[in-house]
Amino acid sequence: MSVFEPVVELIRGLLTSGKIIFEKPVTFQYPEQKREVRPRFRGRHVLKRYDNGLEKCIGCSLCAAACPADAIFVEASENTDEKRFSPGERYASTYEINMLRCIYCGFCEDACPTEAIVLGDNYELSFYDRRSAIYTKESLLESVPTVDMTTPRKVEPNVYKRSVPEMKDPVD
Amino acid sequence: MLSDWTLWLEWLIKALVVTLALLTGFAYLTWYERRALARMQARIGPNRAGPQGLLQPIADAVKLIFKEELTPGKADKIVFFWAPVITLVPSIIIAAVVPWGTAFNAFGRTITLRVADLNVGVLYIMSIASIAVYGIVLAGWSSNNKYAMLGGLRSSAQMISYELALGLSFATSIVLANSMSMMDIVGAQKNLWFVVVQPVGAIIFWIATLAEVNRAPFDMPEAEQELTAGYHSEYSGMKFALFFMAEYQKMIVVCAILATLYFGGFLGPFVDQYPLLGPVYLLIKVIVLLFVMIWVRATWPRIRYDRLMSFGWKIMLPLALAITFITALGIILQQELHNDLYYYLGIPVVSILAGLFTVVMVYRELRRKVK
Repeated sequence: MSVFEPVVELIRGLLTSGKIIFEKPVTFQYPEQKREVRPRFRGRHVLKRYDNGLEKCIGCSLCAAACPADAIFVEASENTDEKRFSPGERYASTYEINMLRCIYCGFCEDACPTEAIVLGDNYELSFYDRRSAIYTKESLLESVPTVDMTTPRKVEPNVYKRSVPEMKDPVD
Repeated sequence: MLSDWTLWLEWLIKALVVTLALLTGFAYLTWYERRALARMQARIGPNRAGPQGLLQPIADAVKLIFKEELTPGKADKIVFFWAPVITLVPSIIIAAVVPWGTAFNAFGRTITLRVADLNVGVLYIMSIASIAVYGIVLAGWSSNNKYAMLGGLRSSAQMISYELALGLSFATSIVLANSMSMMDIVGAQKNLWFVVVQPVGAIIFWIATLAEVNRAPFDMPEAEQELTAGYHSEYSGMKFALFFMAEYQKMIVVCAILATLYFGGFLGPFVDQYPLLGPVYLLIKVIVLLFVMIWVRATWPRIRYDRLMSFGWKIMLPLALAITFITALGIILQQELHNDLYYYLGIPVVSILAGLFTVVMVYRELRRKVK
């Protein structure tokens, strides 16, 4: 420690903060300018569809069982070939997530046998009251790729018998 | 002469101009500080309200005016009400003696660019600056809150300690100018700013004023981490705004005084031909000095309270005494021996040596503590 170190250090500090003035601010102008989320970011849930438009969710309630915060409520109903929502026997007639209870742990994602529920990258959740914090199936479900792929729809009989898709590569 | 109503009108208008300038200055100083501070932290700062966030102070003012004012149940109601006023008024009237220019002719009369040219202007500043501490102490005491009380007491102890060093660096400037009038002090700096003759005096003044206006690194009275908000913990709404106003106006005024005493006040190129340039030069100097204040706030951590007191009493006061003595001695030698070298070379060199000696003593003190 040299004799003038206390003074030199003070001036060095001033120069450091003085230097930063000429640097570009790191601020994102948030509502206009949004930042890309990380690949494994866990945001609001999305209920996915198959490429043909059928819902992936089969109403098995495994996500509700896995949920540590008890935020998910699922009620299943029977599919028919006349009114088919998802492949297999059953579909989720009610699917609700209470966003005030959800802790975004991603256990529902892990529990899902059909990879129907996925934590997306939407983090802008806000509500005016407790009731609107409960997201229903309509708001969680992914939109259909084209108009004719809506659910429920009439399909050829005995095609969609398997509720969980066959595993193509068992090692994966 | 006092029956001349135009003279009264002139004084009234000038007083109004100073007051309004300080009030606007306060509003835009908050904006300036937030923007500058933000840039030093690689942020942008307020930029939403108006272009470049220029309407932000207005939005803040509207918010503060419409906020609910709380008075604690067990507070001393009368003192609690008057404390912000007692703090604010000195910070405005202190600006009366700061000259912003010489004089110009308009409306068939000579208008001087200052509110008052007291022949004891410096004494006036010292006395008014000391009054401001009452408001803070009374606010702390009347709030009936331990944090506020501690903040108020810290503030009074700090202001009284640093006022000595401040007064002595005032004295240095008085001795150099051979006058107590602010106009004469500015006039004496026509050839050479006092900061060149007495750089250590300017630094002491600077440090003492930082302590005097409770700015970082001496913002002990409102140390957020220790005392929540210090003496204004219990204040809200417009009463809080008055404290805030007083603090920032004091910053502006203190920078104007420093500019006047050591940086040539309103002097600058062509100010003799165009006296209206005076206020502009003063404004530029004040803005630069305010920037340094903000810069210091962005950089240096808060000093511990016992260190603050020992710094004030054991380092600042002896150094300020030495500086005053060196200045006076230099002037006497110059006058007796008729050699300007004592003034232009003797005073700066010896006082810088005294400053360096102080730095060595600070270092020894710090090292003794480390062992």
